[in-house]
Amino acid sequence: MTTTRTSPSLNTRIDSLDAAAKSDTYIGHKGAEIFHDLMRHHGVRQIFGYPGGAILPVFDAIFESPHFQFILTRHEQGAGHMAEGYARATGKPGVVLVTSGPGATNVVTPMQDALMDGTPLVVFSGQVATPSIGSDAFQEADVTGITRPCTKWNTLVKDVRDLPRKINEAFHIAMSGRPGPVLVDLPKDVTAATLKEAVAVEPHLPGYHIRQLGTSDELAKAAEMINIAQRPVFYVGQGVIQSRGWDTLRQIAIAANIPVTTTLQGLGAFDETHPLSLHMLGMHGSAYANWAMQRSDCIIAVGARFDDRITGRISGFAPEAQRAAREGRGGIIHFDIAPEQIGKNVPTTLGIEGDARKNLEAIAPMIESRDRAEWIAQIAEWKAQYPFRYKRDDRPGHMKPQQVIEELYKQTGGDAIVVTGVGQHQMWAAQFYQYKHPMQWITSGGLGTMGYGVPASIGAKLGRPDKTVVDIDGDGSFCMTAMEMATAAQYGIGAKILILNNDFQGMVKQWQDLFYEERYSHTEMHNPDFKALAEAMHCHGVRCESSEELPAKMAEFLECDGPVVGDFLVEKHEHVWPMVPAGASLDEMQLGVVGEPEA
Amino acid sequence: MSNEETSGPILKHVIAALVANEPGVLSNVAGMFAARGFNIDSLVVGRTENPELSRMTIVVSGTMDTLDQVRKQLLRLVQVVKVVDYVGTDYVERDLMLVRVSAEPGKRREVIELSDMFRARIVDVGREELMIELSGKEEKLEAFVDLLQPYGIIELARTGLIAMPRSEKVEGKTPVRRATTAGAGISGPSTTAKSDVDLKDLPPG
Repeated sequence: MTTTRTSPSLNTRIDSLDAAAKSDTYIGHKGAEIFHDLMRHHGVRQIFGYPGGAILPVFDAIFESPHFQFILTRHEQGAGHMAEGYARATGKPGVVLVTSGPGATNVVTPMQDALMDGTPLVVFSGQVATPSIGSDAFQEADVTGITRPCTKWNTLVKDVRDLPRKINEAFHIAMSGRPGPVLVDLPKDVTAATLKEAVAVEPHLPGYHIRQLGTSDELAKAAEMINIAQRPVFYVGQGVIQSRGWDTLRQIAIAANIPVTTTLQGLGAFDETHPLSLHMLGMHGSAYANWAMQRSDCIIAVGARFDDRITGRISGFAPEAQRAAREGRGGIIHFDIAPEQIGKNVPTTLGIEGDARKNLEAIAPMIESRDRAEWIAQIAEWKAQYPFRYKRDDRPGHMKPQQVIEELYKQTGGDAIVVTGVGQHQMWAAQFYQYKHPMQWITSGGLGTMGYGVPASIGAKLGRPDKTVVDIDGDGSFCMTAMEMATAAQYGIGAKILILNNDFQGMVKQWQDLFYEERYSHTEMHNPDFKALAEAMHCHGVRCESSEELPAKMAEFLECDGPVVGDFLVEKHEHVWPMVPAGASLDEMQLGVVGEPEA
Repeated sequence: MSNEETSGPILKHVIAALVANEPGVLSNVAGMFAARGFNIDSLVVGRTENPELSRMTIVVSGTMDTLDQVRKQLLRLVQVVKVVDYVGTDYVERDLMLVRVSAEPGKRREVIELSDMFRARIVDVGREELMIELSGKEEKLEAFVDLLQPYGIIELARTGLIAMPRSEKVEGKTPVRRATTAGAGISGPSTTAKSDVDLKDLPPG
């Protein structure tokens, strides 16, 4: 990495807030009314949350609002994940409104989840009145302090004159650059106060600049590296989806015959049914994607962050690309909107800061068509030899989870929006459903938040009512946020929850099987009757106990109108393969013992 | 960079940052350093001539790769407006110290002479003690503290380091890369840094 040394003086000339243009739009409006009007201004159609004392002025102002629907969740964590699911399905920010103290602290998990996965979330929390701040008042918590490390930005609005500008800043920051969660803390006296003067309303963020495009030198160098590469591979993350760069990616990949692997969050950025697709890479990625990364002389990372689940042991990562870099004929190119992601985990040969789509569009005309026959043949051979696989078992009680997902894929024509919890079911959902479209896949990756699936699928269904939305969930994950099915029932939101029920925290069990001599320390679940539970919450319930009844039960599950929980009883002792053990390099991937797939 | 991949020499870096003068910004910066596992040797915050901005001077040790990450992670914070790393450039650094030292009438002359040699100022005189003010590079302050130790240091406070680049018009000076891990914490002087004193940092005479 080279650092250019220019004259490093730090002059303090910035545009002053005092000199900013002022607007009289909100004179005479109360803080809560300003909030309401700005939601309309930002095109907010759904707000998720829960009322409480400190936020009551705002709830009063939005009563019977014609501008948006308020979704009353059963827990503020549910509100946060619903907003995330909504954001991921629509590309718009998810908006949350909660009260002070526990209302706000319950959103900490969704905010950290959104921070790690780059999901735009705008959270408004009530706060005790400004004179009471710091007095340990009822339902007081230092929310800006607590949420500082789990937000992209947060602010405590101490004066109604700052409110319109801070709300606009919140939406701007959540949606720009690498998107993320922001929080605006609203003391009760500020939302109740009336604005009496003209104020600045436009964002005033002198330290916030997002670079959109690499330099022409960088882009030319990238194109040259790609053109001379013999075994290039695209390694693509969610940045391609968020920048809407999937068409350009496809165009370059096909013209230059560059295979494409995606991260967990990048699923859908490239049509997985295309021969150039390598599917997901990493710890539970495909054997061929991991081998392609290790053999490639030029890795083109686009909007992906070299997570430890992707790289395995860093010192053993991408040896051929590192060698090519030393010999000046290839290496790792990293396109990312967030400069801190470049070179963070893995040394890059060429880092290009900016928007993924804009940079791909800029290099597309410079990329030469190539057939790369040898490389493509090698990949086709790997794909044929080592597909994701499992061995069917038709005995009752031993139905394989992978088979359930394949049946879902078949019956939905591959067109459903798939949401997940966290664990084995999540990895099988990533492996055995083929994602053809961006924003078709919604999952908690970085934080690995169990309980994400139920609320996120409700949010996704609200955002995309035209689509079938299925949460492929585990019994453990489902139980963490299952009460949100009551929210789905209250508003008639037709999210479909497909539980792969093995009465275990399956992924932890898998590690206990492999590394802790099958000592199942606190991983077995004694579950409720999920069908009855669903029905008690005014949802449909379906139960499927064997592969024999799978097609009919899946059809019944998919045909239900309104929210439905499907309890699919599956084999306990199934493992997710392939697997790169923690601390191993991608080459040391274990393919697993799955037997021969049935013809 | 992950630890296993960090390579290259460990250098002391002086980073200056302009930040929005808002509540929570110090906590935000300090929290980021803690969360990312970067070690701060010293951190100073003060006002600037622009009331909307404060200036932070942060001393942190690490490889060039680590410091590249420090700089980027700082810039990622919305309230951070500008960041400069002075490593490899020619800059002036200053630390200000107040120290109360025992100086009974018989020893007072010696302490005053020592202070004169360092161009320190006596700012308060008591029956049996002196308060001395000294500013300069960290190494100079540490050398002075070492020499005062035998007399008995009663109380000591340091501001931590601030820095500014020299004008580019000065010629004939090559940028200096300092390879030292010495650096005083904000809580007091380092007692292990005595061997790092460079004679040219000492006052003339």
